[in-house]
Amino acid sequence: MTKRYLILTGILLTLSAGILFGCSAQPTAWTDAEVEILQSLWIGSLPGLPTDPSNQYGDNPQAAALGEKLFFDTRFSSNGEVACATCHDPEKNFQDGLPRAQGVGTTNRRAMPIAGTAYSPWMFWDGRKDSQWAQALGPLESAVEHGGTRTQYVKLIGANYKDEYEAVFGALPDFSDASRFPEPAAPVSDEAAAANWEAMTAEDREAVTRVYVNMGKAIAAYERTIMPGESRFDQYVESVLANDGATADTILSDDEIAGLKLFIGAANCTRCHNGALFTDNDFHNTGVPVIENLPEDTGRALGAQQALADEFNCLSVYSDAAPEDCSELKFMLTEGEALERAYKPPSLRDVAQRAPYMHAGQFTTLQGVLSHYNEAPAAPMGHTELELLHLSEVQLNQIIAFLETLSSIK
Amino acid sequence: MNSQTKTIVITTVVTVIVLVAGFILLMPVFGPRFMHPIMSQFMDGNSPSSVTASDLDTSAERLTNNGAFKVSFKSELDPITLGSMHSWVLHVETADGQPVEGATILVDGGMPEHGHGLPTAPQVTQDLGNGDYLVEGLKFQMGGWWEVKFNITADGTEDNVTFNLIVGG
Ligand code: HEC
Ligand code: HEC
Ligand SMILES: [Cu+2]
Repeated sequence: MTKRYLILTGILLTLSAGILFGCSAQPTAWTDAEVEILQSLWIGSLPGLPTDPSNQYGDNPQAAALGEKLFFDTRFSSNGEVACATCHDPEKNFQDGLPRAQGVGTTNRRAMPIAGTAYSPWMFWDGRKDSQWAQALGPLESAVEHGGTRTQYVKLIGANYKDEYEAVFGALPDFSDASRFPEPAAPVSDEAAAANWEAMTAEDREAVTRVYVNMGKAIAAYERTIMPGESRFDQYVESVLANDGATADTILSDDEIAGLKLFIGAANCTRCHNGALFTDNDFHNTGVPVIENLPEDTGRALGAQQALADEFNCLSVYSDAAPEDCSELKFMLTEGEALERAYKPPSLRDVAQRAPYMHAGQFTTLQGVLSHYNEAPAAPMGHTELELLHLSEVQLNQIIAFLETLSSIK
Repeated sequence: MNSQTKTIVITTVVTVIVLVAGFILLMPVFGPRFMHPIMSQFMDGNSPSSVTASDLDTSAERLTNNGAFKVSFKSELDPITLGSMHSWVLHVETADGQPVEGATILVDGGMPEHGHGLPTAPQVTQDLGNGDYLVEGLKFQMGGWWEVKFNITADGTEDNVTFNLIVGG
């Protein structure tokens, strides 16, 4: 009898010892190819900030200081209540936490985070702008965002920022003659503003637009300084690269590591969310559903045409770039079914901090996002690039756990 | 064999079986991180290393499909990095090695395994002479197998060539 018990105890002890050994002694094994991918996603792999040849003031600190003030100044709006920061709140990773943004009116798309966009050749979900400065000039004159006009704004610069402006951009023209520079006046859809704009001389319009463009260039200089911070994921990769598996395994939990493995492997996320900012800055149809009652949204199909036609694009007279510096615009893909309802993947850094998700806030949680990827539904227009994943609930939760490790350590 | 040795042998065998079976059964709980890299390659058909389709001809010099031209390329970026806009110089010769000038060349391509085309619209922008052509606007934004195809027409002869590239990342 005692012998039986002894044997049984022996078996149990060996078993538990075996499992314990298996669980604790072996740090995570990554193949060389996987380590290469981990390194490419690591924030330390982010190359230096690329210069923006279309903005000669992009790296001018005085321009950035002025741009920062403009970014937070609500006077630059039709109701005196809206600034860029209204929808891009630094306390909320430079977004607003809403499915559709709220300015003077309501937008048809979700506000995007700004960190790291200096690395992107295209701005907006549909890439209809090809630089940060050209982008900034969009919301300022959008009827549902800031709602004002460029003539109103350049007068505000004269009244409030004259010295700072002139220190960077040179003499500010005199816009005080209300008959030459009526308010509101801009090439916008509002009829009164458009009529006033048409009534101005070509030279006066040009003078106003030049100052307006410089506002955009100052704001862009500020935005270039907005970057995501180091995350637990980055610390993990550092340990892996240093071959310190034991430390690495104290930084991320088993679930987070399993999620990372899925993210770069079976779940194919790095097809589109690659590089240190977790975006390829290209455009993809991922079959994200249409929201009823919103106007038709064809994504990049329209965005590419708008970028070509944009009055402030890289090849425009307001750009500081030589034509040979505009290869993104010159060799842009402008047609084909692949552009239909194709959108730019946002950076996934800090993503867990900024629900809801997708271009019109289609999903309220990361659970919703992951079930979408798992099921890969047919696209409402064009064709989805996603394939069915067949992942289990446990695996989807592991990917979510991994996405949470991408939050900046404050 | 006395009964004591028998018990010891049986115990050892049972312990080993239980251990191995237990480990395999508990694998999903441990997660893939306890698999040997070789094993995880079998488990995971999408693992990055399996993209390197082994029988691909990735040479930078090829004969066109009907043998009319010998074509080679030299990338401004070597190796090609993900997401970087760059240019190539394409060199076109006749099958017997004479440089082909004044050719009309169209560019196309994509990722056969993903079913999508190129992210940009690259073009031949300059005939550099001596059979060399400047191809601008190339960009590869995903890691894996890419095809870049050239349709070449010169002196009334049209032919096609496809280059395979494995872009890292
Ligand atoms: C009313 C809210 C609102 C205001 C005000 C606003 N934005 Fe936005 N922002 C958005 C929305 C919505 C989008 C996405 C729109 C789209 O894709 O059509 C966006 C997109 C962006 C992007 C693109 C990011 C990327 O990854 O492509 C940048 C940069 C940006 N805004 C900067 C600014 C600046 C600078 C200002 C002030 C001049 C500003 N925004 C004012 C709502 C707003
Ligand atoms: C084929 C390209 C592609 C693949 C593969 C892909 N994504 Fe995306 N991702 C996108 C695009 C495009 C968007 C924005 C789509 C939209 O808003 O319509 C996006 C949006 C997201 C968002 C929402 C971000 C935000 O701020 O709204 C999350 C989270 C996300 N992806 C995670 C993942 C995960 C996890 C995987 C792997 C399971 C994955 N993605 C695979 C292209 C892709
Ligand atoms: Cu692809």
